Amino acid sequence: MRRLFILFVVAGFGVIFAGLVAGYSERQTLSALATFYLTEVPADLGAANVVTGILISFRGFDTLGEVAVLFMVAASVGVILASEPGDKPHLMSAMGGKGQGPSELVRNGAEVVLPLIFLFGIYVIMNGHLSAGGGFQGGAVVASGVMLMMLAYPTGPLHHGFLSITETLAGVFYVCIGILGMVFAGGFLDSHILPLGDFGTLVSAGAIPLISILLGIKVGAELSVIIDRFRN
Amino acid sequence: MLETLILLVCGSILVSGVLAVVLNNLMAAMVSAGLASLFAAASYVLLAAPDVAMAEAAIGSGLATLIFLYAIRKTGGDVTDE
Repeated sequence: MRRLFILFVVAGFGVIFAGLVAGYSERQTLSALATFYLTEVPADLGAANVVTGILISFRGFDTLGEVAVLFMVAASVGVILASEPGDKPHLMSAMGGKGQGPSELVRNGAEVVLPLIFLFGIYVIMNGHLSAGGGFQGGAVVASGVMLMMLAYPTGPLHHGFLSITETLAGVFYVCIGILGMVFAGGFLDSHILPLGDFGTLVSAGAIPLISILLGIKVGAELSVIIDRFRN
Repeated sequence: MLETLILLVCGSILVSGVLAVVLNNLMAAMVSAGLASLFAAASYVLLAAPDVAMAEAAIGSGLATLIFLYAIRKTGGDVTDE
């Protein structure tokens, strides 16, 4: 009976999606909104990468909301996984337990790969307005580097407090830049508070690189906090 | 050529997704789910969305897989799922 019901539901989804797939045809011309974005982002914002231009300037408030959601996730993971103030299980389980620290392979591999991962993350963040990437993606890359660092050095130098403070400061500066945009330019998170500069150079596109860097730091620190919670 | 490649990658997503459901070993299932994410990232690159692909590769196949692996180890279910 239950199986029959599940089969029925799956078949229903199949009918719906079959209709969607059959009715799909690739657009031959761009929609009006896409044309507007494609001409306006390089001309008005000075960003060569249209996606980052939209994410950080036109949809800047949405991005702030996304980061806020991520912050809530980090906070709620912290609430759920919070350990009792008395016991200290993380060092014990990392070092003792079955007596397995990180293997030699992981430690030596991390020494070679870690600088490259962090460098690539920083490159993606800094070049967000020029090539593919941006603050969010670069922050995720940096966070995966932090993850490898936590695996290779369980008692390493990264402290939970340091990550939290970094994340909070980045968020505060982010909102401050948004308010500056309200005072000196057209609205909240407007990137025209800084001069546009030469199109296609590293320092250009107004405040977009600055916002991208803050976003990258915030996302990287938030994801690292979540991993750190799971590790302990 | 490109279409064959996209079809191949999408088939790989399907296969690794089914493997993630079917496999009894939780670790192997989780690695398979991460693999599905990685193939999804590859398909985004083929469909000319490198920005999304970067986020998918880092978060979907890196961080999410690791968090699940931590959870599996914490709950002690590292061998099989009966």
